[in-house]
Amino acid sequence: MIPSSFEYHRPGDVAGAVALLSQLGEDARVIAGGHSLIPMMKLRMAALEHLVDLQDIDEMKGISVEAGRVRIGAMTTQHELLTSDVLAGAAPIVREASLQIADPQVRYMGTIGGNVANGDPGNDMPGLMQCLDATFTLQGPDGTRDVQARSFYEAAYMTDRADEEILTTISFDATDGGYAYEKQKRKIGDYATAAAAVLLTRDGGNCASASIAMTNLSDTPVWSEAAGAALVGTALDKAAVDAAVAAMLVDIDPTEDNRGPVAFKNHVAGVILDRAIARAWDRA
Amino acid sequence: MNDLTPTAEERAASLKGIGSTRKRVEDARFTQGKGNYVDDLKMEGMLFGDFVRSPYAHARVVSVDKEAALAVPGVVAVLTAEDLAPLNLHWMPTLAGDKQMVLADGKVLFQGQEVAFVVASDRYAAADAVELVEVEYEELEVVVDPFKAMAPDAPVLREDIADEKEGAHGPRRHHNHIFTWEQGDKDATEAVIAEADVVAEEMVYYHRTHPCPLETCGCVASMDKVNGKLTLWGTFQAPHAVRTVASLISGIAEHNIRVISPDIGGGFGNKVGVYPGYICSVVASIVTGKPVKWVEDRMENLMSTAFARDYWMQGKIAATKEGKITGLWCHTTADHGGFDACADPTKFPAGFMNICTGSYDIPVAYLAVDGVYTNKAPGGVAYRCSFRVTEAAYFIERMIEVLAIELNMDAAELRRINFIKADQFPYNSALGWEYDSGDYHTAWDKALNAVGYADLRKEQAARLEEFKAGKTRKLMGIGLTHFTEIVGAGPVKNCDILGLGMFDSCEIRIHPTGSAIARLGTISQGQGHATTFAQILASEIGIPADDITLEEGDTDTAPYGLGTYGSRSTPVAGAATAMAGRKIRAKAQMIAAYLLEVHDDDVEWDVDRFAVKGAPERFKTMKDIAFAAYNQAIPGIEPGLEAVSYYDPPNMTYPFGAYICVLDIDVDTGETDIRSFYALDDCGTRINPMIIEGQVHGGLTEALAIAMGQEIAYDDMGNIKTGTLMDFFVPTSWETPHYTTDHTTTPSPHHPIGAKGVGESPNVGGVPCFSNAVHDAFRPFGLRQSHMPHDHWRVWNIANSLGLHD
Amino acid sequence: MSKMHLKLTVNGEAVETLAEPRELLIHVLRERLNLTGPHIGCETSHCGACTVDLDGKSVKSCTVFAAQAQGAEITTIEGLGNPDGLHVLQEMFKEHHGLQCGFCTPGMITRAWRLLQENPNPTEEEVRFGMAGNLCRCTGYQNIVKSILAAATEMNAAKEAAE
Repeated sequence: MIPSSFEYHRPGDVAGAVALLSQLGEDARVIAGGHSLIPMMKLRMAALEHLVDLQDIDEMKGISVEAGRVRIGAMTTQHELLTSDVLAGAAPIVREASLQIADPQVRYMGTIGGNVANGDPGNDMPGLMQCLDATFTLQGPDGTRDVQARSFYEAAYMTDRADEEILTTISFDATDGGYAYEKQKRKIGDYATAAAAVLLTRDGGNCASASIAMTNLSDTPVWSEAAGAALVGTALDKAAVDAAVAAMLVDIDPTEDNRGPVAFKNHVAGVILDRAIARAWDRA
Repeated sequence: MNDLTPTAEERAASLKGIGSTRKRVEDARFTQGKGNYVDDLKMEGMLFGDFVRSPYAHARVVSVDKEAALAVPGVVAVLTAEDLAPLNLHWMPTLAGDKQMVLADGKVLFQGQEVAFVVASDRYAAADAVELVEVEYEELEVVVDPFKAMAPDAPVLREDIADEKEGAHGPRRHHNHIFTWEQGDKDATEAVIAEADVVAEEMVYYHRTHPCPLETCGCVASMDKVNGKLTLWGTFQAPHAVRTVASLISGIAEHNIRVISPDIGGGFGNKVGVYPGYICSVVASIVTGKPVKWVEDRMENLMSTAFARDYWMQGKIAATKEGKITGLWCHTTADHGGFDACADPTKFPAGFMNICTGSYDIPVAYLAVDGVYTNKAPGGVAYRCSFRVTEAAYFIERMIEVLAIELNMDAAELRRINFIKADQFPYNSALGWEYDSGDYHTAWDKALNAVGYADLRKEQAARLEEFKAGKTRKLMGIGLTHFTEIVGAGPVKNCDILGLGMFDSCEIRIHPTGSAIARLGTISQGQGHATTFAQILASEIGIPADDITLEEGDTDTAPYGLGTYGSRSTPVAGAATAMAGRKIRAKAQMIAAYLLEVHDDDVEWDVDRFAVKGAPERFKTMKDIAFAAYNQAIPGIEPGLEAVSYYDPPNMTYPFGAYICVLDIDVDTGETDIRSFYALDDCGTRINPMIIEGQVHGGLTEALAIAMGQEIAYDDMGNIKTGTLMDFFVPTSWETPHYTTDHTTTPSPHHPIGAKGVGESPNVGGVPCFSNAVHDAFRPFGLRQSHMPHDHWRVWNIANSLGLHD
Repeated sequence: MSKMHLKLTVNGEAVETLAEPRELLIHVLRERLNLTGPHIGCETSHCGACTVDLDGKSVKSCTVFAAQAQGAEITTIEGLGNPDGLHVLQEMFKEHHGLQCGFCTPGMITRAWRLLQENPNPTEEEVRFGMAGNLCRCTGYQNIVKSILAAATEMNAAKEAAE
């Protein structure tokens, strides 16, 4: 498993990276941690002439929380997400999800930007970002623009990002209330059979707000607005949770693979969401 | 003697002989990264080979265009079947009496089959060139189902032998049929079944999987044209057999071939066979005059070299209404893939599948196995098992469970009333084996007591009530297994591979200063031979294990042996080691008697010395004797102290064990949680308890993998679906449970030190134990049989089909 | 394809070599620098046999391009101990039978080395979770976990004695 040849570039800032992408056109791709791209290149399923490595771009690193807004540089690794106390305080669901991604070595290299920008329906961060209603900042030759995670994903490996753009920053509001990231997988290192990200807030005995997103159950992450809506205003009784699950099942569209057939995935998606809601509600 | 004189016990302990928890001598190198595996070899001018493989499972090869590949800088050659044909090396014999294409000769029979071999200056250039070899294929109808392969109008897979009515193992009755192998008494068995009180019938499928050692297969071939010698380093579990095969098929005289197995990164049966990569590397080295390395990658490993299992076992078991088994019937359809490349002893085309009567006293039995070709990879190797023993153990341990359901009996009790009794050994089984020794009842009771079996069943019953009351969604399963293995192949009278008798060997040289070197015909792949065989020898000849070097794997220096697989090293080579040691001791006795000036019969062996009978203060240690052997002229005795033993075992050995697994199943997600696993093994005399325990942990984990998710799966087009470690399940430390090990000791009566072998027991017993636990959880809801692997969705599917999601 | 001038610090020593940008770090280490301790097991970043320490991180060197490693500080199994003084982890793997065929061992020990620096007092569960990026086909992990826990105890005792 040997990749084909490429020219290597290591720009020092985003502007330099964007300039390279503009100049080199579709023969170029950026590499962050590389743990999705390199295996594809080794299988020769991804061939490119130029590789633009973002590792030296300091402006794409780091986690900050200001005025209730969390900003994460795209080159921040999963390991850094796990070990950031600031982030654990502002949005504990990120740590809970990160722990369920890949394995220790991959988490040292894998970045949040790579995870969200690649458009792989198996990745966990896109669904999580939709649940958090995150904003992705993209920088291209014409400047920067913001795209909501909930409208970023078009199909498997197809996103709103243009070839010459770089996803530089992810931002979202700090969370309060209950949270849960529930994931069923075959083993450490596997993608989800089904995963659910749930954020809930409580108003007295009732649910005040709810956001629900599902992973690896469609060719994109699925933020199920209807599932969340089914919970708001209820005391999260069985009927409400069943309604949320039913609404979610309308929105997902799993396909059969080695993890199992469609009927199984639908069933498990329901179970996983049910459990995620229960855990989030406990924490709310 | 004064108080400072070591006692016999102290002297024995200092030898670190049999029974000692001796730390491994191999580990200093391995922990420092100083192992020497085949891919670590580097040679001046060495080239690298890489395969062009078929993307199709069944296709005609219309043309191969090498031009663009040859233009890649660094590429030296691109070999195809056309290039190998003049040397008659485009096909090779398999260990099972079939032949296999080295490179596609007109067609391909499985996805990943070798089509062309690119030789280049390094692996990067080779990989670039592989992509540029243009092969035109014409797709043919694909058959992946062995039952469909036997349909009258099924496509002809093996056109080379389509019209041959006779195969290596008797008549063929269909163009995709390989052999029928029958054992036992068909008529008597069918008569018993017809009249029985109770008959349980079931299809038991043992799915296709793969040994997947962490190191893949590879070699370096180096033809020295100056002296005409070929050296072949490789991942060979049987280096001498490789040398003989290489000589037979290449025409190079055997003395001009040197085969070396360096350190091997796990084998588990994957490294027994001969693969196209080895042949192509040798040819490429002969053609180019340079060393050529070939190392497969993981995907190539999983798709082309040596699958295991794929046995469809239709069974019937008959019993009285009290539960005494009266007969066993089995018909197996064996899917061998495109070529029959099993690695079984010649007379056993289905290996030792006829051990399928297991631990039970079954008066009459019948077994028939039909081998079938399909468009899948060849293999059928013994993955951590002795020649289809895993299949046999899984079959009988499932049939026992199904019979228990039929009888509405506790499966532990059903086993107990059918075990072969201790006083029945040596026991002649209905399918032709003579079990050497065993005490199954003692082991079984010890195991049941250790886990608190009665309490576990009570807890399970209480859980079931909670489940039915809607208080939990988790079921509890208790998996039972009592297995009997047959290992240590084997007696030359009935065991050979390619005509080579399955003896093994040990040669010992004692050095003048009283240390020693021993060389064996086996080869360790992690079993710790350098540690344990020195222990056997230490106990036999009284030289500390630390003073004995063990060497294996170099055919120029080691005595001829058949290698390491099928748990045969300890039963066969271990016996040879003991016997060679006894030859040393016999000569040492004469030397000692001479030195002590007494008659040979007047000295006796005492741990590490010969002493005059009745006068223990008059003695000569083995160290004294060794020196004398080299510096004294002793009348009637040749100088030196060496011995060699070629050991032809009189019988197989029959290790056994009792395993109990407790797990919880989430019926809504199909997830299983192994709560505890207890493994009692009886491998006869225990040479090194630490290493035995390590073997058990490892074998159980491979069993866990196989039972719970590990498979080589194909789609209908013959595309492999599980070609990387993302989809081919190898558990991590996180999914692997903590194991409890235990033992009883029933020595083998025919083995010089009573040892039976252990490496494969935990896999043989572990798979049915995990599987039985899953089945047991669903028994109250009517589950009889559900095929492995028990991954999440299949377990969920059991629950779903039993109405547990309604 | 043109080669790049690669400068690395490996096991404390500055090294330079020429390599194509696409060369995988594992190949640079094994083929160009003759450090054959780290092995190649799966090539898809699942098995961890190729684990080395790169700038304070455990990484699978089969999934890092040589070019990405430019300027990096790397520790391999060869840098942890030597014949005159094995690292405690190496000693404990020997002592507790934490290896069999030895193929996964360099990656295991190198990963454990980083794990114990980040968490000097791990529980068994934390060791199992922290080692889940390294596959072993021989041992069933039980004695690997035991070896790492024993090494942690030894290292902590040594640290305490030094203080």
